[in-house]
Amino acid sequence: MKIVVASGKGGTGKTMVSVNLAWAVSQSQETHLIDCDAEEPNVHLFYPGGKDEGPVTVKVPEVDSEKCTLCGACGEFCRYGAISVLTESVMFQAHLCHSCGGCMLSCPVDAITEVPRRIGMITRGEPTPTLTVISGILDEGEIAAPAVIKAAKEAGEWDGVSVLDGPPGTACPVIETMEGADVCILVTESTPSGLADLRRAARLTEAFGIPAGVVINRSDNEDSSTLAFCAEEGLPVLLTIPFDREIAAIQNRGAILCSEKEEWIEAFTQLYEDTVAIAGGIL
Amino acid sequence: MKICITSKGDSPESVPENRFGRTPFFVVYNDETGEIIEVINNTSANDASGVGPKVVQMLVSKGVNVVVTGQVGGNANKGLEVAGIPTYAFGEAKTVAEAYAAYKAGTLTRIV
Amino acid sequence: MKTIAVMSGKGGTGKTMVAAGFSVFSDEKLLLADCDVDAANLSLLLETSNTECRPFMGLECAAIDQTKCVGCGICQVYCRFSAISQGDDGIFCINPLKCEGCGVCSLVCREGAVVISERQSGEVCRSDTPHGPLFHAELFPGSGTSGRLVFEVKKDALNDEPNVPAFLIDGPPGIGCPVISAISGVDAVVLVTEPGISALHDLRRLVTICRQFGVQMFLVLNKADLDEERAEYVRRYCADEKIEIIGTIPFDPAVIEAARRGESVAGMDTPAAESLKKSWKALSAAMGISQ
Repeated sequence: MKIVVASGKGGTGKTMVSVNLAWAVSQSQETHLIDCDAEEPNVHLFYPGGKDEGPVTVKVPEVDSEKCTLCGACGEFCRYGAISVLTESVMFQAHLCHSCGGCMLSCPVDAITEVPRRIGMITRGEPTPTLTVISGILDEGEIAAPAVIKAAKEAGEWDGVSVLDGPPGTACPVIETMEGADVCILVTESTPSGLADLRRAARLTEAFGIPAGVVINRSDNEDSSTLAFCAEEGLPVLLTIPFDREIAAIQNRGAILCSEKEEWIEAFTQLYEDTVAIAGGIL
Repeated sequence: MKICITSKGDSPESVPENRFGRTPFFVVYNDETGEIIEVINNTSANDASGVGPKVVQMLVSKGVNVVVTGQVGGNANKGLEVAGIPTYAFGEAKTVAEAYAAYKAGTLTRIV
Repeated sequence: MKTIAVMSGKGGTGKTMVAAGFSVFSDEKLLLADCDVDAANLSLLLETSNTECRPFMGLECAAIDQTKCVGCGICQVYCRFSAISQGDDGIFCINPLKCEGCGVCSLVCREGAVVISERQSGEVCRSDTPHGPLFHAELFPGSGTSGRLVFEVKKDALNDEPNVPAFLIDGPPGIGCPVISAISGVDAVVLVTEPGISALHDLRRLVTICRQFGVQMFLVLNKADLDEERAEYVRRYCADEKIEIIGTIPFDPAVIEAARRGESVAGMDTPAAESLKKSWKALSAAMGISQ
């Protein structure tokens, strides 16, 4: 069971929902919590102590200048302009490369091999005997977040329950996170931008064919537009969390709501049960 | 030497093109005779990505020595630099011919 | 013209509120761009009109011509993006959500059955606002290349109206592709943060990126009174890093109230508006933007 927590808009409370959901699930069964917001991973702030599991690398071409005849085939093939054949040398620009391997395949004299290039790292921790926390962390200055997300997902792959804390937006990092998910929890807040981004995120889960439900966070009881949208789209509202300075303070200092305030355990346990129901097409 | 000018059209009277990678045409002069020896139709102009470096490779294969254009993006900039192709901004020139004359007169600012 | 990007690392700290507020408090019109292309919301806070859009062509996409395909599956073997799958009926097809248009499948196909064609991934738009022209975009959900769309938005903006004192960019969250694209070429970054453990962690990562680009940094501390202890921590961090704090905004329910009416809080008589006004004055003085 892979549960992705996503939102479209940033800062709506994805990480808060993810860490509490994983906390609640892990009370009764083994759980994996995977931080897929590789650009700004925050789960490890709530569950510190993860150990370095090694680097994440991508494959990039290396040209053997002894063999290279400067024929230009690799540069003509590369659609991203990452490799260019110039007067006396072949120039490679790593930030343009998608690691497709096409330059190597198109070289007629086998002058190109692929070498690994580090772009980030994976950490793994076991804060409790039933909870494993895996984070994908993109190196500062690198751009290929999806490759790090993919590696984090692979590191956390298993048959049990995984909660994936997703990145904001609806572009490549979110696509990589949602790939293969069984169900998606969309966290929103009842503002026009929260709603606009919820709509975008809902369109994405629809494109993937992933069943989804909604958590309304920081509610001030003015949720009518969000509720109307959810009703229209057939998205069940699974949980409403009120705006509350105390909840904000707990979150701000990196603590877990469920372990600080017992009344939330039931809410997040119920959230898990309802999410499983959605995944099974019941809700 | 081959002097290549980015251009909206295929003649010396055409307006020079501000964009380097996405220019429709390259007008190439031989600066020993002052004549246009080739007009290159830029087939990469509408590509989705990586246009700058692709165009640099194409110009290198054509033996171009100098580029005159408006602006150069970062990726193309690096290509031109590594390829050792000096690049100048055409500035106030209204036509390709004027841009070429300004280059010959040495009044253009070098940008790469 | 000075180019200033409003950024945060963490999402939801108030970038758009700050960017909209600055545009309202500027005496002169500005050039505005919303570079959070996959969650673009600046237009929701500014009165926009005369919106005109053009298509944005993103990465190309492969398709298999089933009349030529012999089902050998070599394309699937070589695709690095797991974009090619074989259905139960034995037919190979491309998943456009995963295809990055690299063209390897077309290179290895001996039957010439793969066609690579362009696809529209979104739109780049220009709207009028009372505070200057706004360039924004809409990335179709599920499309990649948000970094390139950011580049296109900035390029269209710069081609439009350079006769303003400042170009103000509402940036994307994170530190990846779209952020790098947004930050390149800017003179200064206004960091918007809030006093929380996540926001501070993300801020540090963004500051590292800003240092790599050598841009000047300013900071706005939003929702400062939600956690005084961490607010103090932000102040000490800024002192250590020599980042000038140009504004401190209290938690103010008027921000959400204004947003629900489709307005910037800057138009209201409230503490957040007052702080935004002071922040803009401090920024425009420091950057020499005429007032």
